[in-house]
Amino acid sequence: MALEVDLDGLESEARSALATANDADALEDWRVDWLGRRGRLTTVLRGVRDLPVEQRPAIGAGANRLKGELESALAARQAELVAAETDGPTIDVTLPGRRPPLGSLHPVTLTRRTMERTFRDLGFDVVEGPDIELEEYNFDRLRIPAGHPARDMWDTIWIADDDSGGPRQLLRTHTSPMQIRYLERREPPIRVIVPGACYRYEATDATHEWMLTQIEGLVIDQDLSFAHLKGTLEAFVRRMFGGEIETRFRCDYFPFVEPGAELGVRWQGDWLEVLGCGMVHPEIIEDAGLDSSRYTGFAFGMGVERVAMLQYGVRDIRHFYRNDVRFLREFDRFRGSA
Amino acid sequence: MDVPLKWLAQYVDWDLTVEALAHRLSMAGAEVESIKRSGGAWEHVVVGRVEAVEPHPNADRLRLATVEHGGNEPLQVVCGAPNLAAGQTIAFAQVGAALIDPSTREPRKLRKGKIRGVTSMGMICSERELGLSDEHEGILVLDTDAALGTPLADVLGDVVLDIKPTPNRPDHFSILGIAREVAALTDGAVREPLDSYPEAPASAGDRTSVQIDDPEGCPRYTAILIEGVRVGPSPQWMQDALSSAGMRPINNIVDSTNYVMLEWGQPLHAFDFGVLRERRIVVRRARAGEQLALLDGSNIELQPDDLVIADAERAVALAGIMGGAESEISDDTTTILLETANFQEASIRRSRARHTETGTEASRRFEKSLNPELCELAARRAAALIIETAGGQALSGIVDAYPGKKHIPQVVVGQPRIEQILGLLPSVETTRGILTALGISNRWLPPNRYSVSCPPWRSDINVPDDVVEEIGRIIGYDNLPSEPLPGAVPEHDIDPERILSERIRDVLSGLGLREIITYAAVSADELDAVSPDGGSPSIQLQNPMNTERDRMRTSLRPWGLRTFGLNQRESRGGLALFEVGKVFLPNPGGLATERRMLLALIGGDLSPSMHGGEQRPLDFYDAKGVLEQLGHGVGAEFAIAQHAADAALSPGQSASVTVAGQSVGVIGRVEPAVASQFNAEGDVFALELSISELAPLIGGAVTVASPSVYPAAVEDLALIVDESLPAGELEAAIRGNGLVEDVELFDVYSGEPIADGSKSLAFRVHYRSPDRTLSERDVEKARRGIVRRLASQFGAELRDS
Repeated sequence: MALEVDLDGLESEARSALATANDADALEDWRVDWLGRRGRLTTVLRGVRDLPVEQRPAIGAGANRLKGELESALAARQAELVAAETDGPTIDVTLPGRRPPLGSLHPVTLTRRTMERTFRDLGFDVVEGPDIELEEYNFDRLRIPAGHPARDMWDTIWIADDDSGGPRQLLRTHTSPMQIRYLERREPPIRVIVPGACYRYEATDATHEWMLTQIEGLVIDQDLSFAHLKGTLEAFVRRMFGGEIETRFRCDYFPFVEPGAELGVRWQGDWLEVLGCGMVHPEIIEDAGLDSSRYTGFAFGMGVERVAMLQYGVRDIRHFYRNDVRFLREFDRFRGSA
Repeated sequence: MDVPLKWLAQYVDWDLTVEALAHRLSMAGAEVESIKRSGGAWEHVVVGRVEAVEPHPNADRLRLATVEHGGNEPLQVVCGAPNLAAGQTIAFAQVGAALIDPSTREPRKLRKGKIRGVTSMGMICSERELGLSDEHEGILVLDTDAALGTPLADVLGDVVLDIKPTPNRPDHFSILGIAREVAALTDGAVREPLDSYPEAPASAGDRTSVQIDDPEGCPRYTAILIEGVRVGPSPQWMQDALSSAGMRPINNIVDSTNYVMLEWGQPLHAFDFGVLRERRIVVRRARAGEQLALLDGSNIELQPDDLVIADAERAVALAGIMGGAESEISDDTTTILLETANFQEASIRRSRARHTETGTEASRRFEKSLNPELCELAARRAAALIIETAGGQALSGIVDAYPGKKHIPQVVVGQPRIEQILGLLPSVETTRGILTALGISNRWLPPNRYSVSCPPWRSDINVPDDVVEEIGRIIGYDNLPSEPLPGAVPEHDIDPERILSERIRDVLSGLGLREIITYAAVSADELDAVSPDGGSPSIQLQNPMNTERDRMRTSLRPWGLRTFGLNQRESRGGLALFEVGKVFLPNPGGLATERRMLLALIGGDLSPSMHGGEQRPLDFYDAKGVLEQLGHGVGAEFAIAQHAADAALSPGQSASVTVAGQSVGVIGRVEPAVASQFNAEGDVFALELSISELAPLIGGAVTVASPSVYPAAVEDLALIVDESLPAGELEAAIRGNGLVEDVELFDVYSGEPIADGSKSLAFRVHYRSPDRTLSERDVEKARRGIVRRLASQFGAELRDS
């Protein structure tokens, strides 16, 4: 049986019926009439298989399109009725929202906290020390006596003599003096990091600031070897930068460690120095009253700003302490937990 | 330190690319900062030989050369150089080579061409065309036995490694020092340079003497006398070597001393012996007012702290830094005194800083602290080179004043220690191979120990772990094992100030404030500005980065206000910043007292230009709201009292902040006269707390209250009180009632019908009991109690509603 199907006629009939449906019940009746299991359009769709083969594709596609359009029209009519039922006016939802203020932590705080948390996960204690140090702790007790060539590695800002006759003081050039201070009050096993500000008499440029934040680490226990230094610092770097990061250890010199090394990571194709490290010099262990043939360990130190520059793609270190809100705002998206 | 690879190759062989060699050196501690190539790439330029020279048929000044170049056929080229001759080994540029164009000085491709009707199949190069110099009068004649066709770059060019030595390795300031590294890293061996020479029968010690007046400043001074030298240019190989390492050739005597300095790392100096009064050397501190004319033409006035080399009468050199002009080697010099000495690094550093801008090659090496044992090796080598290049004869023996001689300890290191530190144990063969290649003499002491001694060119092998490092770094740290930390996690310290600081950062950033971190140094004026009534004393820096900011901060205010002002221009609407940081208070005779402080600053407009939103300037109560929320957030019961005794804050809009009766800070409007000094404009409200004082007052055991399951009763209470009565006192009194759960002040009113001098305060009071539902009578009773108390305490009257 050939069936003449007037899809256009069906559509205009359905739409005018929909326009007269004024409540939820009427809408439901309309839906059953047109789109229900026995609805008129459904019937047309079922009848497509009885059409001559050459008519089936055109009628089938047209009927399916109409079904989609009527479903959309139903949804729109439902929304209209709901809107008409509420009291208030329709608002312009594209007006800007009222934003509660979003504060931010300083990027150096964010990176410092990530580093601290990473070491805490590895069982490290976190302590701080004084920014103004005795020359003795910053240098002499770390095997850097006056006149030693290695003193040139740290350009120092000195405290003016206050005529009190006390020992010479300085702004610590590194957090390493806390190695000595911590050893004075703790027995092994020792596993500690020391975050804190350091100061260098150094002209500032895109990669140098006279004030910087360091994290020092000290681990001492029985029979720790360079293998433990590597294992610990590799674990830190993987947690900090992701498990795929490539690392390397290069020989370097710091008077208070032996052997000494520098840990580099491959960052966007280049090897970048991340931290200095090494096995704690046996004289430092002996000076702490420990038997250096039994107790060994390692120490390390790194700059927080330098790591933050890698993490956040900051190109100029001077941004950190300029505190331009336009820069600080960039860190709204980071929430570093302590 | 520039290390030219051709020079390096005299002492050691390696089978690595330049990049691989540089990498191995860097990893082992001799950091190669850059690889510099001298000469060009010189593609299609090869070693050639002129087989025959014939006249050009059409030009008098041109000739035709037949060049053998290692290819199948000899080629004919047209050449105009006057020095062209058959048999010369030359640099032959094939067609396609890029040569420097004399007019543009840019490289240009060489093409086959006809010159005066004769085809030329290439070019015989001058130095200018190769970019080596401006020399173009004649062709460059090569002194090489390289096979014809060898790329010119292999013969002429050089690669220079720029190495940055660490302070413990003065030997890395020498070619031989690097050669020993290469030998150790490649299982090779170093070829030691020759240092023997014939000596005349007469003894140097009979002809001169060395007297050291300051053995601390000069632990060792050796002198060799060489007679009958002929001063002139040094041989080409020596000049080339010096040039390749960045030094200017001068004459055969000076070049020999410089050559040995670069080779061994030990600076030397040659004096014209005939100029020395009484023909003797005195090493002493300078006399007050003593003058010295230096080799570089400068005249310096010596200080009594300067160490000098003198003859019987006057200073003739600034020890370890630069020689004097008068005793300089001249063309007439026939007898020289060759100085090889050791000077204390600190003394050299002081004199260098006093008299030169950047130091000299010599002072740079002495400042790294050289081993005095090195003197003799370098002295003999230099004497041998001087005699080779300038003739003459050395008198026998070395005059050796060596007051600083020390016993050279044998360092004994056991295999267990090596394994304990490195985490692996290399074989005896590997270990001894490494030490031997580095020139560290070593013996095997069965069953498991090595005895080694520090070689003369190093000073850093003193304890067993120094030897362990040598083994570890040559094996390569990347080849050592890696293991996680064993053992128990140690006990941890609790630092309440640190914990509170972090909590404050979290709460304030959560409230919408931005954290800043500012510099610790400020100027005295800035400190005075934030404490108009006279601040506390501050710690002064001897050498501040900025000469004005020479104080350690005693307050976070100067940088805080400055940062606030800096950001006002760019921030639309409100600005809310905070810093948690240290301040430094002097503590005569001891270390400074370091206290942790919080400074929060807010100002500007709340919600600027927002459609329909509340728009008003931020004020005191916004700052106070921050304080109150901070109190909730850190568990501190802040109380505030009218008027902080702080001259930087407006008297009528400031308060002291206390916890449990102890002062912990202030809050209030910054006096505009103070803020404006830091370019902060408009009303700025500050909250300043001492974290160090606050930390001990909070914390301890916490019991969280369980919410009551019984309903609250809510009543409003309007009271008329004297206008000057702080609302806070009234509120505190209402809270004092046991049934009051919460109080909100919701209205403050004065004016009709309230009598002048009075005001009305309306509180909403929430009554609730944890254990029962309150009856109307309960609430009424409580209310009456409250009203009675307020009446007697404050003269408060209930307002008729």
